Amino acid sequence: MTDHDNAYEGLVDEDSHGQWAFGTSFDDPLAGVDTTVPEDVDLSALAGYCLMLGDDALISSQRLAEWSTRAPELEEEVALANVGLDLLGQARLLLARAAAADASVVPYISDTSPVPAEDALAFFRDENRFRNTRLAELDNGDFAQSITRLLVFSTWRLALFDRLRTSRDPVLAAVAVKGVKELTYHRDYAARWVVTLGCGTEESKTRMAAALTHVWPFVEELFVPTTEELALAAVGVGVDPRDVREEFDSVLEQVLHAAELTAPTGRTVGTVGGRAGRQGLHTEALGLLLAEMQSVARAHPEGVW
Amino acid sequence: MTTAVRSDARRLAESVLDPEMPMLTLADLGVLRDVEEYADGSVVVTITPTYSGCPAMATMRDDIEHTLQDAGFGSVEVRTVLSPPWSTDWISENGRRKLRENGYSTPGPAPRRASGPVPLTLTVKPRPVACPKCNSANTRLDSEFGATLCKALYRCLDCLEPFDHVKEI
Repeated sequence: MTDHDNAYEGLVDEDSHGQWAFGTSFDDPLAGVDTTVPEDVDLSALAGYCLMLGDDALISSQRLAEWSTRAPELEEEVALANVGLDLLGQARLLLARAAAADASVVPYISDTSPVPAEDALAFFRDENRFRNTRLAELDNGDFAQSITRLLVFSTWRLALFDRLRTSRDPVLAAVAVKGVKELTYHRDYAARWVVTLGCGTEESKTRMAAALTHVWPFVEELFVPTTEELALAAVGVGVDPRDVREEFDSVLEQVLHAAELTAPTGRTVGTVGGRAGRQGLHTEALGLLLAEMQSVARAHPEGVW
Repeated sequence: MTTAVRSDARRLAESVLDPEMPMLTLADLGVLRDVEEYADGSVVVTITPTYSGCPAMATMRDDIEHTLQDAGFGSVEVRTVLSPPWSTDWISENGRRKLRENGYSTPGPAPRRASGPVPLTLTVKPRPVACPKCNSANTRLDSEFGATLCKALYRCLDCLEPFDHVKEI
C-alpha cells in the first residue's frame, strides 16, 4: 500500500505504468462517463461551447495560481489556490468534453506524443485559438482587483451553470451541477471581501473603487452571445448569456450596496470588427499568461508526467 | 462466479484509503458508487469525484487498481461518474466517527435549494461547530478554504487549537 504520509515515497516508487510519481497517470477525466449527445445537437457547436466555458475556467485558474507565494495572508493564498483548483477541475472536464465532441479542435502535436487531448488543448493552442472572455485574462493587479474580477466572474458563471444543470447534454449538465456547488463558495468568498474592503479603511476604499473602474469595462462582453451559444440555447443544450444579465445585475447590486460602492458607468472595452475574446481576439495580457503556462509542456511535447 | 468472490472485490475496493484523509476508506467517504465483477475475473469499479478539481482522484484510481490486481483480479477498470454529484451527506456514520477521532469537525447537512437563484451569503453563516479537541462551542472560522478543497479552517477560542472542518457541499 502506498504510504500517503510520506510525500517522497511516491517519487522513488515506480508504479506499474512505469511512471516516476504515484497518481500521475493522467487518465481521461471523462473515463466511463456516458458522452452520448442528443442527435439534433451540432457537435462542432458543442465543442466550441465547451472550449469557451473551459477556457474561461482555465485562464481564471492560472491567474489565481499566480497569487501563490504572493498573497497578503496565508489564508487568502490558500483560498485563492482552492478556487483556482476548482476551476482547473472544471476546465479539464470541459476541455475533455470539447475533444470528445469534435476531435478536430485538438491541436496536432506528433504521432508519438502521449499528451492527452485536454492537455493538448490547454498547452498547445496559440493565443488566437483561446475562446475565453477577456475578463478571465485580466491582470491580477492588487488584491482588490483580483477579488473584483473573481466576484464578477463567479457571479456570471454561477448564473450560467445554474441554468446549464438542465442541459440536454448529460456531460455539461453534470459538470454544471458540480460546478454550482463550487461557484457558490467562490462567489460568497469574493463578495465578502468586496464588502470588507469597500467598508474598510480609506486606503482599501480607494483601491476597491479603482479595481471596479479597471474591471467594469470587461463586463458587457460577458453577455454578448456567440452563434454557437444561440444555436445550442435553441435546442436546450446551452444558455444564452443575455438570460443571466438580470440575475447578475441583481447580485452585483446587492454586493456593491453592502460595500458602499457604486458600479462605474460608461467605458466598455472595444471589439475589432465585432470580434472579442470568444472569437480569439485577446488583450496583450493573454499572450504573456500563456507563455508562462505553456512553456514546460511545449519544451517537452513527448513528456510523460 | 460466486457471490463470495463478488463481495470480496467489493470489500477490497471499499477498503482503499482516501489519500488526503487516510483515516477514511473510499466507502466511508461515499465516493465508491459501484463494484461489478464479471465471469472472466475482470472488475469494473465506479467512483465519483468529491470536487471537480480534486487531485486525489488519480491516486484513488491507482490505489483501487493496485489493490485489486495485487489480490489476483485480472483486468481492473475504474470508471468515473459525475452525476449525481458527491455530497458530504454521503460520508458514512463510521466515517464521521473516524474524522472526529482524528481531530476533524464533521459536516452538517448539505445546503438544499428548492427553486430560484442561488442565494448570496454576505455574512458568514455560523455553523454549530464544536472544537474536536476540547468540545467547546466557542469557535471561530478563520477561512472557508483550507488545506484541501473539502475543508474550512477553524480555531477554538478556548483551547486555541486550529482545526479543520469538512465543509458541507
